Amino acid sequence: MKHMRALDRELKKGSAELLILTLVETRPRHGYEISKLIEARSGGVLRFNIASLYSLLYRLEKRGWLKGRWIEKTGQRRRRFYRLTVEGKKVLATQRNTWQEFVEAINRVTSVENA
Amino acid sequence: MPNWEIEIRRRLNRLKLAPTRESEIVEELAQHLDDRYQELLADGTSDTDAETIILAELSENELFRELRSVERKTPPEPIVSGTNQRINMLVDIWNDLRFGLRMLLKRPGFTAIAVITLALGIGASTAIFSAVNPILFESLPYPDASQIVTITDDFGISDASVGMTFGTYRELVQRSRSFSAIAVIRPWQPAMTGSGEPERLEGQRVSASYFEVLGVSPALGFNFNSSDDRINGPNEVIISEGLWQRRFNGESAIVGRQVTLNGSSFTVIGVMPRAFENVLAPKAEVWSLLKYDASLPSLEGREWGRHLKMIGRLQQGVGTDQARSELNTIARTLLPEFPRPRHASLDTGLLVISLQDQVTRGVKPALMAVLGAVVLLLLIACVNVTNLLLARGANRRGEFAMRIALGAERNRMIRQLLTESLLLAMMGGALGLLVAQFGVRALVTLSPIELPRMVDIGVDATVFTFALGITTLIGLGVGLIPALHASRGDLNIKLQQSSRRTAGGHQWMRRTLVVAEVSLALVLLVGAGLLFRSLSFLFAIDPGFNTSQLLTMQVQASGSGFDDESTHRFFARSLEAVRELPGVSAAAFSSQLPLSGDLDDGYGVRFESNVTDNPEDNRGAFRYSVSPGYLETMAIPLRRGRLLNAHDTDDTPPVVLISESLARSKFQDRDPIGQRLRLGANDGPWSTIVGVVGDVRQTSLTVSQTNAVYMTNAQWRLFADRAMWLVVRTNGEPAELAPAIRQAIWSVDKDQPIVRVATMDHRLASSAAERRFALILFEAFGFVAIVLVAVGLYGVLSASVTERTREIGVRLALGAQRRDVLYLILRQGLNLTLAGVSLGLLASWAVTRLLTKLLYGISATDPLVFAGVAFLLVVVALLACYVPARRAMEVDPLVILRYE
Repeated sequence: MKHMRALDRELKKGSAELLILTLVETRPRHGYEISKLIEARSGGVLRFNIASLYSLLYRLEKRGWLKGRWIEKTGQRRRRFYRLTVEGKKVLATQRNTWQEFVEAINRVTSVENA
Repeated sequence: MPNWEIEIRRRLNRLKLAPTRESEIVEELAQHLDDRYQELLADGTSDTDAETIILAELSENELFRELRSVERKTPPEPIVSGTNQRINMLVDIWNDLRFGLRMLLKRPGFTAIAVITLALGIGASTAIFSAVNPILFESLPYPDASQIVTITDDFGISDASVGMTFGTYRELVQRSRSFSAIAVIRPWQPAMTGSGEPERLEGQRVSASYFEVLGVSPALGFNFNSSDDRINGPNEVIISEGLWQRRFNGESAIVGRQVTLNGSSFTVIGVMPRAFENVLAPKAEVWSLLKYDASLPSLEGREWGRHLKMIGRLQQGVGTDQARSELNTIARTLLPEFPRPRHASLDTGLLVISLQDQVTRGVKPALMAVLGAVVLLLLIACVNVTNLLLARGANRRGEFAMRIALGAERNRMIRQLLTESLLLAMMGGALGLLVAQFGVRALVTLSPIELPRMVDIGVDATVFTFALGITTLIGLGVGLIPALHASRGDLNIKLQQSSRRTAGGHQWMRRTLVVAEVSLALVLLVGAGLLFRSLSFLFAIDPGFNTSQLLTMQVQASGSGFDDESTHRFFARSLEAVRELPGVSAAAFSSQLPLSGDLDDGYGVRFESNVTDNPEDNRGAFRYSVSPGYLETMAIPLRRGRLLNAHDTDDTPPVVLISESLARSKFQDRDPIGQRLRLGANDGPWSTIVGVVGDVRQTSLTVSQTNAVYMTNAQWRLFADRAMWLVVRTNGEPAELAPAIRQAIWSVDKDQPIVRVATMDHRLASSAAERRFALILFEAFGFVAIVLVAVGLYGVLSASVTERTREIGVRLALGAQRRDVLYLILRQGLNLTLAGVSLGLLASWAVTRLLTKLLYGISATDPLVFAGVAFLLVVVALLACYVPARRAMEVDPLVILRYE
């Protein structure tokens, strides 16, 4: 179980950015929404705790890939929504390609073994 | 719901983030936790369990660690004024200046009022300083000027201006060791004829050592030689650079040139430098030697006449006290080689005063008083501007709150606010310099007859530095309190919309300042009031003669063609000619004119037997050698006996009139008529007293020395007065007759100078010139002070009304009468005023004693003045409060309550 957790961390680290950028591609979302989506779509496998999630969001924002904005809807408290910037879009495309190639490469290696 | 913010903040504390940033993060994360909490509750978890779970998820250190790495890499925030980023200081200052200027220009009304207020204060102070500096602070324009002193008899009266004698001069020169040089001087007004227009020049007759005492020498040619200063010495003259340029076109062969003065030929031996300032007679352009008989052939004659000024230069290392005691020792020890007549016995001792003090002594009390007044005005102006800035600070609370929220450091904000106030001060200072220029010109025009060192009065480098200095101090001073005030304070209070509800802490400061303003203004106005009453008392003094419709002028029988005989003839014939003019009801000559400002002509009086010998009267009396009819012309009343008449000539027994004070001090109740006295000479004939006349103020209205002896000029035997004062009583306007009178005199002899033409009323006014000068300035400053106080009160009450609008609305809604509201506000204003007035009265009581030298006839704590000024200020204050009070009255309670 220990090395599962280690794998968890490594994978997460590498893919975390991709995950978040993907999730805000279609529309702006706030932090909690993003964390729930990741948990849901990954079937509970991937979970971000509050510290890692937001530190990542802030990092991406600093790099200029995300833009956060406080939005106040009637009757609600204001929330911080993140959306993809132009720069972020480019990065997402690149990272997607890279990830795609990586996965295909792994697949090729592992499937050859299986085959 | 649990408060997640506290938990998160606690974990983020160590990061020391900027307040804005921290607030944002805390808000966002707290929401996240809230959502999580709701989610858990929705799943059926209990509150406590949910809370525990979430707190477990929120580890202690992880948040700190994760965010630390992100936030550390934070790029610098955009440069906003007032933030605590450490940037290049110069850029900061430049930004401060630009921002400050923008802020000031955004509120032109406020800026204009503040700048004008400061300009008035700074301008007035600078103007006064420019006058006071050369007179009181700078030393005289001579080398080692502190070593130059005046020497006079010590009569104990500070205003005494009796002259010294040539005989005393000779004795001191030979006996004293304290001086490197002593000199005597008298005025001289020669008529220059010859090439070009005949011209009356101002000049001095001096002993050869004059320029040596001053420490200056001619730029061209030579100084006087002491060997030439003798009874038949050569006619030599030194001229000023101005005269050389004007009259001789700066010709190079000036030294050795012959000029005609008073009909005699003089040789120009030197030209004084352009920079030479003759402090004792600023207008003098020619100097020649006295050429008195140094052998002192007798104890009479002009060698013993009291008409000279004496100055000396102390030896190196000798102080005035040392010199004075040496001179007093000399005075006390009468030596046979140096006999003295009674009237120049020196037995009251001698006084040695620095020339600087002597020259400025007349005008010094007035100038110091005015200096005090302008300081008060400046303080009032500063208080006013501080108040304005405080009010402005209150209006900018929102701006400051935002800046603090953005992370501004307090010091940075203070610095920025101080920059603004310095900017304001600089603008006020620049405008103030303009005001000062104008003010200086006004000062010089207004000033008593001649301000000493007038040529040095102006806005020069020293004055400019002074202006710059006080401007900077003011900028920092007025800005500091508002800056400190604005930059502190609770963030919440500032951001709240209903900030009007909070008791403005700045209001008490503003109120205190207004109270201070009122008290300062009161002190200033009390000073003005005291001076005003003094002047009215002064002019209520009876000078002893009728001053209205009296024209006066000095006529000189100058030129070597005159001996005693022809001098008398000239004056007699001139008088005849003048008396025949239409419009002249009476005319006469006198050797001395009351209130003329001349050195008094005094002689020792010696009475025959039957006299109580009062040693204090040793100094004697004023001598009036007059034409018959003088006392009638002047309307000096006869108390006893008879007046002088045309029968009192050199053929008849000599007679005199004495003033009643002289009669009283010598004879008490006994009848002086028939008694005999001798004036001046120790062995002349005795004159019989034939009449007693009313006292006349000779030196000034305030000096009470009035001992006088009158005789006809035919009977004054010691010498013939070469300069006589003509007094003419006219039917109409005296000034209009002046040209005709001059023509009449010139019809007798066209070459004789007629100078110092003035009506007696004008002379009277001039004699109180210093006081009037001070009064005018006090009145001007007082007026400005009242305006500033009114504006200040109005401002504070206006702000108060604005703040209390809700309260007033509520009061009205609850049934208060509008009148009550009016009184409420008026009362508030009145309280402030009364506080200021009380403080001011206390301060005045302490301070006005400094004015004593200028006051006459009233004490420095005259209750009438104090009460009057207090009343005036209260009235002004109530007027100033009326407008805001009316505004309060017109508050519509419905509008107010609806708004809330």
